[in-house]
Amino acid sequence: MALLEIKNLHVEVDGKQILNGLSLAVEKGQIAAIMGPNGSGKSTLAHVLAGKADYEVTSGQVLFNGEDLLAMSPDERAAKGMFLAFQYPLEIPGVATMTFLRTALNAQRKKRGEEELSPPDFNRRVFDVAAKLEIDRDMLRRGVNVGFSGGEKKRNEVLQMALLEPKLCVLDETDSGLDIDALKVVAEGVNRLRSPERSFVLITHYQRLLNYIIPDVVHVLSRGRIARSGGKELAHELEARGYAQYQEELAS
Amino acid sequence: MNAEIRPIKTAAETTLSTAFASAKGRLPGLAALRESEFKRFETAGLPHRRVEEWKYTDLRALMRDAKPLAAPPGADAKVRAKDAGAALAAVEGRRIVLVDGAFVPELSDFAGLEGGLTIRSMAEALAAGDAAVAERLGRIVPTDNVAVALNTAFMGDGVVIEVAAGAALTRPLHLVFFNSGGAPASVFTRSLAVIGKGARAMLIESHEGTPGSDYQVNTALEIEVGDEAHVDHIKITGEGAGSLHVSSLMAAVGAHARFNEFLFTTGAAVVRNQMFIHFKGEGTVAGIRGATLLNGRQHADTTLVADHTAGACISREVFKTVLDGESRGVFQGKIIVQSHAQKTDAKMAALALLLSEEAEADSKPELEIFADDVQCGHGATTGALDDDLLFYLHARGIPPKEAEALMIQAFVGEAIEGIEHAGLRDTLLEHVAAWLKTRR
Repeated sequence: MALLEIKNLHVEVDGKQILNGLSLAVEKGQIAAIMGPNGSGKSTLAHVLAGKADYEVTSGQVLFNGEDLLAMSPDERAAKGMFLAFQYPLEIPGVATMTFLRTALNAQRKKRGEEELSPPDFNRRVFDVAAKLEIDRDMLRRGVNVGFSGGEKKRNEVLQMALLEPKLCVLDETDSGLDIDALKVVAEGVNRLRSPERSFVLITHYQRLLNYIIPDVVHVLSRGRIARSGGKELAHELEARGYAQYQEELAS
Repeated sequence: MNAEIRPIKTAAETTLSTAFASAKGRLPGLAALRESEFKRFETAGLPHRRVEEWKYTDLRALMRDAKPLAAPPGADAKVRAKDAGAALAAVEGRRIVLVDGAFVPELSDFAGLEGGLTIRSMAEALAAGDAAVAERLGRIVPTDNVAVALNTAFMGDGVVIEVAAGAALTRPLHLVFFNSGGAPASVFTRSLAVIGKGARAMLIESHEGTPGSDYQVNTALEIEVGDEAHVDHIKITGEGAGSLHVSSLMAAVGAHARFNEFLFTTGAAVVRNQMFIHFKGEGTVAGIRGATLLNGRQHADTTLVADHTAGACISREVFKTVLDGESRGVFQGKIIVQSHAQKTDAKMAALALLLSEEAEADSKPELEIFADDVQCGHGATTGALDDDLLFYLHARGIPPKEAEALMIQAFVGEAIEGIEHAGLRDTLLEHVAAWLKTRR
């Protein structure tokens, strides 16, 4: 059984059809890249999976570990192992990163019937992961993402991902706005989390990210559905030829 | 001339007149001042919405009746006062206890009184015709405010605190105002704090009452902050759910002093916290902040007048209001910079967070600037919690109620973080957490 199974998904935003019969399966341990032009529905897919309001699912089904994902609230999805790394991570003034991480981790553990982590154990885990991501402790004491650069915000997303140990990580345009050094740090962070028990969906416009995080499969999203699927070489083909052919194929 | 015709007194005004006539013979001292202040009240009546200062807090409508003057506290009330103020235990302050408006020395802590500190009963000082009190009372920051006039007319007891020049108090003074709620009552307390040159003092007031009891409080405090003194004043308004609480602070701050004011308000059905702060010496640094959390049908008004008559003072004002249910929060802040108060640097921010569709926030910031070389500004915002931020928290597994609580704590936390005393800061953050637990 696939970890994530999306069947014939139709989604509207403000009455406008964005996803148009999307079907996709992501196997356990698989890294799937979803590439597509602007407006193809990439970010909509990411937000629908995480459970954001304002996205109306008009038909279709999403199974996560065999369970009906769309029936769950966003926090329930997170506790079951869904994680969305935001394209634009938000700033939360007044909530220290440590408080945010502890609240999130303990809320998830509580929902799964697990014990809360003791403060020393929690601190050790955070500091350990943060060091690998080159996030200094001073940043952890500041408000979440407040005054962080674009690269620091993305590293903070990977920090959360590492700490929360999700089953499925959806990375929404994680490469956007990153210079090459920042991209490498983020990619290394993601690669460290690769495991046979964990799947990834990498949503990206460009092939660049896939030089650092090598996907098992590449899907091309166009006009709200998967237009083509293939191996990692498909990404190179897209880089060389662009998305025009997929837009034309569907338009005709 | 706009002649106002108000021939008919409200029930509350009539009761106050009767109460004054019968009580004035036994109220302690300053009979002539009481008489003239009461006349002033009678002429103006209870302030209502057509009086600009009271536009959003129509006391005439909110105060349906006036309760009889509180009787001296009995043994039972004193027993119940023993636990009052316990929520502030972490502050380790010196407890000075007032029950139903009367100073109770036997419940207060006079052990190892620091050198240069004196604490005594206001009623006794007034009755004895104490010159130091008489020459200051009502004169620290003169005002024609009607609530203050009413307080002066009826003031019963309170405390007189003197800190000698250069003395540094090692413990905060914690004034515990406990209202026993045995019978419907009105309480008029008046206190005076004279902090000498270069002295250091922290003054905490906590006001609390018995839930469900029916009482009215009119409390006033005058503070004289000497040159180079460092004074923190924190007022925590808990009070019982059915009560009405009107409070006036008159503070005059000398030169090169530090003055920090903090108002924390969660209680009473109706609260009016008014502050009249006069910066009369140069080079003072002041922080005037507050956090108000309301629900149900509560109404709380914070009114500040900061008057700069001397130059080069820095003041920062930050007020945060969280409104749930059908509650109403009012903020009126006026900064006045007189023509010779050059180099004044004053910034005021009033922010309200609406947690329900039925809650209402009214904000009126004002700047009156007569000097030409100043930096003054104000900002006021009112809004709901940001849905995108909440989604970010939900997506990390934080359930909606917990996510809201985290955001609300962050919102009021910005004002509370400014408090220097760690114990007090933590205590107030715990108060916020406790308030959040009471939300449905």
